[in-house]
Amino acid sequence: MAFSVRRSPGLRTGLLLLPPMLWLGVAYLLALGALFVTSLWSQNDFTGAIERIWTLDNYRQIWEIPVYRTIAVRTIALAALVTVVDALVAFPIALYMAKFASPRGRRLLVIAVLMPLWASYLVKAYAWRGIFADGGLIDWLGKPFGIHSPGYGLLATGVTLAYLWLPYMVLPVFAGLERVPDSLVEASGDLGAGALTTLRRVVLPMAFPALVAGSIFTFSLSLGDYIAVTIVGGPTQLLGNVIYENVGAANNLPFAAALSTIPVVVMFLYLAAARRTGALDNL
Amino acid sequence: MTTRMRPLATLVGAAALALVAGCGTQGASSTGTAAQGGGSAFTPPDIPMQQSMGKTEGSVNILAWPGYAEDGSNDPKVDWVTPFEQQTGCKANVKYFGTSDEAVNLMKTGGYDVVSASGDASLRLVASGDVAPVNTALIKDYDQIEPFLKDRPWNSVNGQMYGVPHGWGANLLMYRTDQVKPAPTSWGAVFSDASKYKGKVTAYDSPIYIADAALYLMKTQPDLGITDPYALDQKQLDAAVSLLKDQRQNISEYWSDYLKEVQAFQTGNSVIGTTWKVIEQVAAGEKVPVKAILPSEGATGWSDTWMISSKAKHPNCAYAWMSYITQPKPQSEVAQYFGEAPANGQACALTGEAFCKAYHVTDKAFADKIWYWTTPISQCLDGRTDTQCTDYGQWAQAWTEIKG
Repeated sequence: MAFSVRRSPGLRTGLLLLPPMLWLGVAYLLALGALFVTSLWSQNDFTGAIERIWTLDNYRQIWEIPVYRTIAVRTIALAALVTVVDALVAFPIALYMAKFASPRGRRLLVIAVLMPLWASYLVKAYAWRGIFADGGLIDWLGKPFGIHSPGYGLLATGVTLAYLWLPYMVLPVFAGLERVPDSLVEASGDLGAGALTTLRRVVLPMAFPALVAGSIFTFSLSLGDYIAVTIVGGPTQLLGNVIYENVGAANNLPFAAALSTIPVVVMFLYLAAARRTGALDNL
Repeated sequence: MTTRMRPLATLVGAAALALVAGCGTQGASSTGTAAQGGGSAFTPPDIPMQQSMGKTEGSVNILAWPGYAEDGSNDPKVDWVTPFEQQTGCKANVKYFGTSDEAVNLMKTGGYDVVSASGDASLRLVASGDVAPVNTALIKDYDQIEPFLKDRPWNSVNGQMYGVPHGWGANLLMYRTDQVKPAPTSWGAVFSDASKYKGKVTAYDSPIYIADAALYLMKTQPDLGITDPYALDQKQLDAAVSLLKDQRQNISEYWSDYLKEVQAFQTGNSVIGTTWKVIEQVAAGEKVPVKAILPSEGATGWSDTWMISSKAKHPNCAYAWMSYITQPKPQSEVAQYFGEAPANGQACALTGEAFCKAYHVTDKAFADKIWYWTTPISQCLDGRTDTQCTDYGQWAQAWTEIKG
């Protein structure tokens, strides 16, 4: 056996790829399939038992009851907003790291960007809970200017998510900007373009796929998040925590499964759009 | 997240409760018996009952409301789990849950031996076959349990007990004494007058909270014809939902994690809302200026039952726990810590008469006037046969819509 494996490079590659393929195929695609099948079942409201009768009722409810549309739109809008904010914040940082910082400064900045990832997600979310609390950091800083903390809600959730996912935007954009040759920037300057024109006409188009690549992370992570919103979201409902409540509290797995197809479909469309920009080659 | 808990000034709180409790007893007519119905609506699966005690298994997995199984880790002085372990040799693994839905869900996993189920969970557990009938002959002090708690619609089916009564109490209205003035006396403070505390109101995050709104409507809008907050037809449910949607505008956050509510009152993010006595105790221990009252309309409440899983891996230790936790001493400790009436009246000898009087421990008439959590079903629990009532599934749906 060992002999034949060594002799046949095809078989060797196949064996090497088998575990990750199994992981993707069984653990991921099969789970998605199971999710979809479950969404076509129903649940006994009294005993909570799953009834294995095929029905489209769950999807009908999601379509017909307006609150789910509101929640879906709110979630997608929030994810989009978080992505835009992250892009706006990340671009200057990444640009400085890629084009202006000394090698030493660049290393320090990479560490600084990665540093928040060393702390637990929960700790960071609870830190923001403290910041937005009554008498918290925002209240304290804003006091002289008459600014009061907006309290827990959609805004606090947006800020927290934008903070949490920022490194996932900075790193791809930094990598993308690093690949923009300095000679092109210089050529643009030699031909009379100002700094802003160079940025807009040369750097940005070349960095765009990297921005899209980063946005895939921030958008998908925001779309699926359900913990930050329960900590700083106040009474806000997003897709993530509605799904979680249907699984964790109401035990209505079929309905939760039907709800989770919304982010799956949204991400599918988003990835299809991202592919057209060539961003997927940038990951 | 850690909390320090102080020795609890229960008696002071209890006395205050007793004062306002007197007002809450008027008008709630014939309730205890009204909230039956559910018992006859289904036939439970045939699950064998344990006949005798065997050798204990060395450990037991307990699923409980927060504060029901304290082992001294929150407060070294609050510990009735360690004596249980020493007496029986069963190591207790305790998990706390925040809502009845969560309890039902966790029991389905089969990983727990006993659960402290409220009335809105117990029948669902019986109907789904997740709990087994309880052989009360194996419970040491079962004959000391108050008779008015035995064979009730939320803990028995067709005359067969499915658990051992643990204790009962009312959901209270808590407020920050330094920020809510004048002191509220009515649930109206969180419903019609909620805008006075805009963005500072809190409420319990579970569909069963709809019953609190229904109770308020029952007293304030008699023309809706609500006679039982758990038996709402579509029109009555719509009225409760609209009341809760108005309340939603003023909510800071909903709570189901009791420590999160303590923290919200501490920072002042919430200043008024529904609570349990134990939350007031913990908050008071953190020096938060709060007070919990029983408003004039009366209140929803709970009557809890220890039930044994039909898939229990440690049935003998589970029986040992049910036997232990209903004895006078642990009963008195839980009751004083959690702030509820113990099911075993003999606990009064240990808590002192004042406590038992404050909580109306042996007072059947009072116990009948709390609207115990019950699972709403389509057969109206108040006895109406000319209409269909809304079931728990519809309540859960409505709850999502209320939160919006």
